[in-house]
Amino acid sequence: MAKDKVYACPNVVTPSRPVIFTDKCKGCNLCVEVCPVDVYIPHPEKGKAPIILHPDECWYCGSCVYACNIPGAIEFNWPLQQRGYWKNKTTGKVTRVKS
Amino acid sequence: MTSWQEYLKKEGHPPVWPYPVNYEKEVEIETDVLVLGGGIAGCWAAISAARKGVRVALVEKSATIRSGAGGPGVDHWNDCCNNPHSKVNADEWAKKLSESNGGYTCGMARQVQCRENYDTLLELEKMGGKIRDVDDEYKGAEGRFDDTKFMFSPRYNYNHEVNGVIRVWGSTFKPALRKEALRLGVKIYDRVMATGLLNEDGVQGKRVIGAMGLNNRTGEFMIFKSKATILCMAGPGSIWVFNTEMAGITTFRSRAMSGDGHVMAFRAGAEMTMMEKSQSLNLGTGFKHNWYGGAGDASYENIHIVDANGKPLPVPYEGWGSNLGQMARVNAPPRNPWEIVRDGVLKGEYALPFYGDFPAMPDVERRITWGLMIGEEAICRIITDSYNKSGFNPARDELQNYQLIEGRSQPQWRSVDGGGGRGGILIDDWNMRTTLEGLYATGDQLPASGDHNLAATTGRYSGRKAADYAKQVGQGAVSREQIAKEKVRVYAPIKKDDGIDWKELHFGTSRAMQFFCSEYKTELLFKMGLDTLNEIEENYVPRLFALDPHQLMCCNESLSALACSQMILQASVARHASSKFLDFRRIDYPELDPPEWNKFMTMKMENGKLITGERPFGYWGDMKKNYEAYNKDYTGVYNGK
Repeated sequence: MAKDKVYACPNVVTPSRPVIFTDKCKGCNLCVEVCPVDVYIPHPEKGKAPIILHPDECWYCGSCVYACNIPGAIEFNWPLQQRGYWKNKTTGKVTRVKS
Repeated sequence: MTSWQEYLKKEGHPPVWPYPVNYEKEVEIETDVLVLGGGIAGCWAAISAARKGVRVALVEKSATIRSGAGGPGVDHWNDCCNNPHSKVNADEWAKKLSESNGGYTCGMARQVQCRENYDTLLELEKMGGKIRDVDDEYKGAEGRFDDTKFMFSPRYNYNHEVNGVIRVWGSTFKPALRKEALRLGVKIYDRVMATGLLNEDGVQGKRVIGAMGLNNRTGEFMIFKSKATILCMAGPGSIWVFNTEMAGITTFRSRAMSGDGHVMAFRAGAEMTMMEKSQSLNLGTGFKHNWYGGAGDASYENIHIVDANGKPLPVPYEGWGSNLGQMARVNAPPRNPWEIVRDGVLKGEYALPFYGDFPAMPDVERRITWGLMIGEEAICRIITDSYNKSGFNPARDELQNYQLIEGRSQPQWRSVDGGGGRGGILIDDWNMRTTLEGLYATGDQLPASGDHNLAATTGRYSGRKAADYAKQVGQGAVSREQIAKEKVRVYAPIKKDDGIDWKELHFGTSRAMQFFCSEYKTELLFKMGLDTLNEIEENYVPRLFALDPHQLMCCNESLSALACSQMILQASVARHASSKFLDFRRIDYPELDPPEWNKFMTMKMENGKLITGERPFGYWGDMKKNYEAYNKDYTGVYNGK
């Protein structure tokens, strides 16, 4: 079986994925244009989801999510170290934010 | 989903830079009023100037629609003295604010804020901002008035004695402001980082006649020639701590707030003040938003905090019926009841972790707090939505609070942001003008600045003053030498592919500030800090490299941080006393606020040399009289085209 090419890449910056684009994204790039810190670049191919180029600079403001007008096209993805907790006052069950 | 590494694996090469690159290509724009910074202050300044019929150019490093601390939203419209339900007088409130924080305030800004912020709010509504409960979502809420549908916060108002802070839908504001600016013909230049001011004939200290900037997508060099210039770029961020991996720290402001405006003003020869002020950095772990001092999610001022067993904690509660007293937060020094709680935790009296007891709140107040107050504040909507999506229900669930378990900010981690504002550009007269002709300053570029509506009102005020001035003067003589020098400085990093990157430079300057300008302050330490920063400037700045226009912008932001750090140290050297109000404690001058040091220390560059000076407290004179003398033509809410 042919093996995929393995590239020598530097470490991925941390955190690395503030958002996840789903198949619903049409590459309209509204999120790219609204981002206050310009973390995205448009995909070189029209119609494809943007590339997250500077995730380490992300401010986690959510402006990209709210600029998007296709439900489910972009999902927020809090870094693991930032996901909050809560507790059911009656049962005492502790839950953590999923993403 | 497309990360950089997925693209590389699929395509076999990294993506090509998607914008046409034209480093050093000059683009010249002529205008009457140049507004630098497109946040809340900048948008209001641009709108206000455009209403006067002059040409306006607005320059914004990000994208105006959501840029700045107020871009994503805001929850409170504070100090609104002239609203129909207010029980306070604007002039009296302004005077109180100007005397708070030991006298380290900006009197002009406070007077303008208190007199004009209700007019500003009504104008915002006309533009499409939502300022009252028009949809009757919160009928029956305490502090809500059925006639006007304004909803008041318990802030300063625990027993309805003030009615000065209005709860607003701030996420609607920025898009409305931008739309209005465009409607009025303001030319908006997004993705342009202003890097330097233009002085008449290129001479430091002479009239400001425009600015230079860098397009952070194309690398083009922008030259803006203007008759008046308004600085709206907020203040220095990430001075003592800079680490992109520690997401959740200093996230009240984005990385874009790098002190560019302060550095530009200083280099042009404007006088600065209060630059020695700083305070301990509020951590923002958990879901961050560090406004409420870390553990921000559940320490919202009107929620009771309980321990893991539901036992209430003896910490300030600032909701309806609280007994904290009027103006407590304006005049009182910071208290730390959490030290008492910590002792209790260690003795087993309280159990960690703590929680915000949302279920105990009355339903409508809970809905307001979760959905409107937290939801509309700054970058919190994505926080509340994330919780909601994961199943959180404030009627049933207590929100975890991270006090104590997240640890404390290191004493070495300081910030210019915080109560009492920060250092900024000295305002010289009641036109909100700096010490330089043609140059105005607003919002968080002001010393001892306040909040969203202080930015809005001072922006709105400066806009009309700058426009009036612009109508009376001609264009100044631009110096090609000043432009050439700036181009060399700004573009140096793209001449190299290797060396030191912008992050390492920034970490390096932050470390110097941590060592030499933090918990321990002495003359020797300050001088060592300055020596380190000068060494960085001489030996490492020339080695900065950038691979694309975005990285070039980042390099220049790190240079702003370096320069701001130098200013903070220089201002620290000049104050030979400690001050409770400036949170400035020198081991070699330990006396707190001795009377002979109750004054503003100032600093400016003159002929390339640093000159320090001073101004007395209250140098702005009688606030009511002066405001009225300078604003005889003010007609309140704008009703023009």
